[in-house]
Order: sequence, then structure tokens, then C-alpha cells
Amino acid sequence: MKRFQGKGVCGAVAVGKIMIFKKPDAEVKRVRVTDIENEKARFEQAKAVAVKQLQEIYDKALKEVGEANAAIFEIHQMMLDDEDYNDSVRNIIESRSVNAEYAVAVTADNFADMFSAMDDAYMKARAADIRDISNRLINVLSGNPSAENDTGERVIICASDLAPSETVALDKDKVLAFVTAHGSSNSHTAILARNMSIPAIIGAGDEFLAEISDGDEAAVDGYTGEFFVAPDEETRARFLEKQRTDEEKKRLLQTLKGKENVTLDGRKINVYANIGSVNDIGKVLANDAGGIGLFRSEFLYLENSDYPTEEQQFNAYKKVLESMAGKKVIIRTLDIGADKKVDYFGLKKEENPALGYRAIRICLTRPEIFKTQLRALYRASVFGNLGIMFPMITSVSELESILSVCGEVKSELKAQGIGFSENIELGIMIETPAAAIISDRLAPMVDFFSVGTNDLIQYTLACDRQNPDIEQFIDTHHEAVLRLIEMSAENAHRHGAWIGICGELGADTALTEAFLRMGIDELSVSPAFVLKVRKAVRSTDLGARK
Amino acid sequence: MKTFSYTIKDEVGIHARPAGLLVKKAKEYDSVITLEKDGKTAAATKLMAVMGMGVKCGDTVKVSAEGADEERAAIELESFFQHNF
Repeated sequence: MKRFQGKGVCGAVAVGKIMIFKKPDAEVKRVRVTDIENEKARFEQAKAVAVKQLQEIYDKALKEVGEANAAIFEIHQMMLDDEDYNDSVRNIIESRSVNAEYAVAVTADNFADMFSAMDDAYMKARAADIRDISNRLINVLSGNPSAENDTGERVIICASDLAPSETVALDKDKVLAFVTAHGSSNSHTAILARNMSIPAIIGAGDEFLAEISDGDEAAVDGYTGEFFVAPDEETRARFLEKQRTDEEKKRLLQTLKGKENVTLDGRKINVYANIGSVNDIGKVLANDAGGIGLFRSEFLYLENSDYPTEEQQFNAYKKVLESMAGKKVIIRTLDIGADKKVDYFGLKKEENPALGYRAIRICLTRPEIFKTQLRALYRASVFGNLGIMFPMITSVSELESILSVCGEVKSELKAQGIGFSENIELGIMIETPAAAIISDRLAPMVDFFSVGTNDLIQYTLACDRQNPDIEQFIDTHHEAVLRLIEMSAENAHRHGAWIGICGELGADTALTEAFLRMGIDELSVSPAFVLKVRKAVRSTDLGARK
Repeated sequence: MKTFSYTIKDEVGIHARPAGLLVKKAKEYDSVITLEKDGKTAAATKLMAVMGMGVKCGDTVKVSAEGADEERAAIELESFFQHNF
């Protein structure tokens, strides 16, 4: 068994036989021509054929991956029609008395170089589009048949690189997965693979191509980017198991997609997802979550070597809000403490970081950090449906201070003429017993509560959740914990606030019915559990017994 | 000649697809439509040239129309920019 690592661009796994993608021989010879007019006419004819081929690919893509993703092939047609491109080809034929193939190849190099030299990653990647359309022209001109990649059985396509048109032209029913040595996750090939729901790995490096031949068995993990050639029994079994879970999930998704999360007796529950990075949004959408109930903003701080700027944060928040297209996005303000290594915060080592200088305690004592984050959040709020949530609350006075900082931020933005949404929901985490016990005082001050069960359990039961020796004492269903949640729910509703659960307990379907009976309005769980929880909600009957 | 300036608000700037839209639109007119950014100019009917300008969000471009239908072109293009970029 050999293992290779690339970048997974589509979350799915596959096991099957390898087929190495054959490209038509694109080597172009420089040939001297005497009949310049004839050569130019050859070019025009080839262009017409290429445009027609691209139209067919466009039509196929339209059906398989939708209008937005098919659009690139319309652009390809326009590129072929581009005046500068055409002038260049004609000029080279004329001035150097060369064959059209050669003129196209030189033109392609020039234009591809122009894009490669641009400083924008997206534009750099467009060099591949130039090569794609130019190779098509050259193949038409030299009468190369389109590559023979018909297989009969479903295979894992391995290639040095795949052009977008090559990706779409493949018969989707016969492709188990794509693995390429090169390519970027910005490439249309990656985007198309994602939309076709075909597991794909890009950038696996040149080495793997030397190690494979047609018909070899391989296993592809589009989640992790792992690629195994000649997998051993254990790996094989592991992949088949993953595949089975995926298929089960897909079936569940088919039955649940677009349906409301309503209990049998008609109560509507929001099932949202918890994420920790902008990169997880794909998983949120793939699992059909109704929104994001907890977006941990720590990644912005952990990934940086200095405090993230307002602009950096604004861009990240904006991206999440826009990607969720109007669905609720609840972003939790920074929850960093001595247990998370962020050197530039200069936090002292603590005996007991869980009870130490962390989260809102940092924010309230170092308002410049807090304000930067709040400004970024408020500014981003116009791009979607934002909720802001504050962690580690224990008292009314903390919440008062927070709300007054929010007020300051708002008036500053107003004074500067910077817009923000008036409909931002503000909420707090209920993760300390103190917050649950005084939830009657806190509820009137906020729009929502979100119960952080992991911390609530560890603080209520006085059990360090990092300590494996006391695992048997951590009863996650402990009555004290459930009573605190119930108390918070009652107080939230009494004061017109809603309440959700965003800790791990929210995904415990043994408790779903109990939570719904307490009046929990929202369950936010990791994307992988969204469907399971939705299914549990939909099969709960609150009217059946009390 | 009619001109207007416009600051790009679309997050992706004038990428491939928006550039394609602009080229199609610019070809509707008899007037010569030119795009200018930081002293560089490109004919708005040339896809690669427009893409090659690498217009990003926040960049200000000057658009000019010169020809028989320049009046109409400038008005319609300005509204086109507002809607698409």
C-alpha cells in the first residue's frame, strides 16, 4: 500500500480502479507555410468547430452543475472570439509564415503568461482557461481525436491536471473520483467536482503518477485529501464503511432536504450547525442546516501572529454571512484563555485556566480587542442575518458593560456614517451555573440564550473534562445540569427571549425529546449531526405524553 | 465623448464572468467604449484585455463612450455598472 496526500476538494470517498487520463498529444511543430490566406482560413474553421464543441460542453454542464458553474464555458467561447487573441494568431501566421497550430500555441503562451503574472490568485488561475481553449483549437487544427477515455466501468481518474472542459466532458456516471497532481482549489475543476459531488483530490504531487498504472486499485478520501494505491484490507474496509455512512446520510438528506423541522405535534425547531472556520461553511450547506448557531471566532486569532485587524475580521464575517444567504449566523465573540496558545495575547500561565482569565473577561479588561471585533461584526451585519453571542457570562453587571460597549460601537459607526443592521440579535452563552441561576435577571437584557453544555457540565459537576481519570464521574445527563437548562428555558420564554443549545449535548438524541419538552427552540450541533438531529426532532411527539 | 467614474463594490471585482457580461453589453453600441484604471486603458469589447486589467473590489474605473450613440451608451452603462459591479 502506498499513501499520497493532496488537498481534498469534495467531501466523499471512493474505492475503485485507476484510469490514467490520456490527453491528446499536444506537441506543436512549427511548419513554414506559403499560402497565408489558406492558413488563416484553417484557423477560422477550427475556431468555429471549437466554439461548437464548447457550446455542447456548456449544454452538458448546464444540466449537470447549473448555470453559474456552466458559465465558464460561455466565457471560453468569448475568449476564442476575443479580438486581441485573434489578432495575435493572425499576425503570427502572417508575419512569420507559420502554421496556425504554432501561431495558436505562441499566442496561448503569451496570454497565459499575462494572467500568470497578475497578483490576484483568481486571475492567475485563468491561465489554465487560456491553455484549455488553445489546446482545443490545436487539437481541432491537427485533427487529433478527442482523447479516448471511455472505460466501460466506473473508475478513479488520475491526471497531471484536468482542464475544466475535460472535467465536464467526462461521463459522470463512470467517474468514481478525480485525483490530480497539480491544480488549485480555486480552479474551475475543483469547483465543478464539488458541484458534481464527485470525490476529488488536487495537488497530490507528481510522484504519485509514476507509481500507478491503469487498473490498479485505489482509495480516495475527498475529505482529508488522502489517496491510497493498492490499499490493504484494513484501509479498504475503513473506506467502504465511510462510503456506507455517506450513502446513509445522502438517503437521509434526500428525505429531509427542504423540509421543516417540525415535531409530530407541530412544534417548529431550528436545527443549526456549529463551525469554527470559514472553510466549514460547505459542510453546513451540504448537511442542509437551517443556519449557524455557533460560529467560533477564535480561528481568526489562532491563525494569526498578531491581533487580527478590523478589516481582516470584517472580511471573514462578511464571507460567512453572504455564504449563508440570509440564514441566521450567530458569531461568538472571542473565547480564548490560557489553555489556547495565542502568544501575542501575552497571557500568563494559570493553574486553572478553565476558571481563569478568558473569553469575556479578556474582552472587558482589554476593550480595544473587544471593540475591534464588535466593529467588524456590526459592519458585516448588513450582509446577512447576524446574531452576536457573548461567552462566559456570570453576572448582570458584565452584561451591562458588554451592552454599553455595543452601544458605543454603534454610535461611533453612526458618527462615521458607516452602516450596520438594526436587526442584530444579541445573546449570551449559558455555560456557568451562575448564569443559569440568575437567568431571570439576564433574559430581559438579551434576545437569546445559548446553552454551552460542555462548560456547564464541567462547572456544575466540578469535573475537569480534560481529565480522563474522572470520566466515570462526568454524568452528562446529570439532573442538576438538566434542571439548570430547564430553568434557563423558562426564564428566557418568560421574558420573550429564545433559547438554544450549542454544546455537544445538543446532538445527543436520547435527550432531544427532553429538551423540546423544556421548550428549547434551537439545537446547534456539528454539521455531521445535523441530519440525525433533524430526524429525531421530526419523529418526536410532544403531545403524546407529559 | 461621455465619461463616468465608478467604484467597484462587488466583492469579486471584474472577474471572468462579469467581464464577459460587460463585453457583451459594450458590443451593443456603435460607440467605442473604453475602460481606464490607474492610467491603463482597455477596450471594453475585448474580454482578455478587460480581465487583464485585474479590476478589484474598491478600484475606481473610468468608463468612456465615444461615437454616435455615446449619450445613450454612457447612461445605460452607468446603470449596468451599478447593477452588476
